[in-house]
Amino acid sequence: MSGNEIVTDVVIIGAGPVGLFAVFELGLVDLKCHVIDILDRPGGQCAELYPEKPIYDIPAFPEISGQGLTDNLMKQIAPFGAEFHFSQMVTNVERLEDGSFRVTTDADEVFVAKVIVIAAGGGSFQPKRPPVPEIEQYEGKSVFYAVRKMDDFRDQDLVIVGGGDSALDWTLNLEPLARSLTLVHRRDEFRGHADSVNKMRKLVEDGKINFVMGQLGRLEGADGQLSEVFLKTAGGEMGIPATRLLPFFGLTMKLGPVADWGLDLHDNALIKVDTERFETSEPGIFAIGDINWYPGKLKLILSGFHEGALMSQAAKRIVHPDAKVVFQYTTSSTSLQKKLGVA
Amino acid sequence: MRIFVTDQTGTEHELEALEGWRVMEVIRDWGLNIKAECGGACSCATCHVFVDPEWVEKLNPPTDEEEDMLDSVPDYEANSRLSCQILMSEELDGLKVRLADSASQDAAA
Ligand SMILES: Cc1cc2nc3c(=O)[nH]c(=O)nc-3n(C[C@H](O)[C@H](O)[C@H](O)COP(=O)(O)OP(=O)(O)OC[C@H]3O[C@@H](n4cnc5c(N)ncnc54)[C@H](O)[C@@H]3O)c2cc1C
Ligand code: FES
Repeated sequence: MSGNEIVTDVVIIGAGPVGLFAVFELGLVDLKCHVIDILDRPGGQCAELYPEKPIYDIPAFPEISGQGLTDNLMKQIAPFGAEFHFSQMVTNVERLEDGSFRVTTDADEVFVAKVIVIAAGGGSFQPKRPPVPEIEQYEGKSVFYAVRKMDDFRDQDLVIVGGGDSALDWTLNLEPLARSLTLVHRRDEFRGHADSVNKMRKLVEDGKINFVMGQLGRLEGADGQLSEVFLKTAGGEMGIPATRLLPFFGLTMKLGPVADWGLDLHDNALIKVDTERFETSEPGIFAIGDINWYPGKLKLILSGFHEGALMSQAAKRIVHPDAKVVFQYTTSSTSLQKKLGVA
Repeated sequence: MRIFVTDQTGTEHELEALEGWRVMEVIRDWGLNIKAECGGACSCATCHVFVDPEWVEKLNPPTDEEEDMLDSVPDYEANSRLSCQILMSEELDGLKVRLADSASQDAAA
């Protein structure tokens, strides 16, 4: 628990392309933002689902990759010094007596803001859970989908499942700590960086870790404490003594806690907004990008950018009700250029 | 042309398919329980199906990209495929597949 509330003008939930560009538009009208995302880096779907695939419909970029777009957005918004809070999920939003909001995350960070911008896209990214009976009862005790504290794995009999970079990286990082380590993957080919694959193979050769070609079958243990992992292999079922299990099957999106904040929803999944301000049914809470719905909505990055621009005008009026909002172009306004650090 | 899709509850559906469409698109457009998060870009593996053994050999083998994505289905079987990577053609008229649990809209953590 940090104990200290972070007080700011705007909290943006989601660091996808739309949340990022919102920092820019809000910055132009002098609003200070904190951005929270459950991922450990910015970019949302662009960075997580298709970092290397080209996007062809961003104005003035005939072609740009998901990661390239993210990198450029980060560069573009840098002058506004938004603060990022990664690897945490916003779980709660409540209104305070003075009309502002308190936002809480699962890392116990607390924010107080006059305006909330929900840019939660397709929802929060969460690990894919393997269809293993009763796996829930081990989660957080001996089954983990991410490594938060390396020390949780010291002197443990560890089984890591997966064939991508997460599985390989944690195999390499945890090998020196673990009492024993078994890497399990469905085939003898790995998606990870060649260098990691080579290092992993060397550890197998040297007898420091085991590699088993197979799949997760079932778990055995008691009170959330794992004792054995059973694998399905070509040669039949195989049991491995294990006290910790790390399955890495990547991430998928889930609406998550957004659904519980009492906002009017469309089809139980998308947040209804007006098309003038992109405000939700709750004054002061806006929703932009893939997460919102209005008649004619297109789930495009382009649309999310437009929504951010209109939202920022309305947000300004909430944070500074007495200030005059004047419309200016970045090309010709010295005051905007000063904010951007170019004049 | 038609495809036969067994959903996660075990019910079989006979769906009208169009030449050149992806099997994922057919399943999605008929409203069955498929997440297909990335819309067919071979980037999510939430369109995972098990292909009826009689049909496995008739499909184009998976590309390396599809194999890599199949690594991220937690319920892989030897007949696992991503339905967005199967294009409908005359030869596939009558194709039978079963939707994997990991393709469900509510499958997650
Ligand atoms: C394969 C693929 C190709 C695509 N190609 C194109 C294209 O060519 N052109 C185009 O315009 N669009 C394309 N899209 C769609 C585009 O990626 C989305 O429209 C865009 O990412 C939406 O941006 P967003 O910021 O609204 O949401 P997202 O990118 O989904 O980002 C939302 C962020 O919010 C976070 N979040 C959600 N809930 C919480 C919470 N409670 N607490 C903390 N964090 C939370 C998530 O972790 C995520 O990082 C494509 C999508 C995919 C998957
Ligand atoms: S729809 Fe995403 S991989 Fe098929």
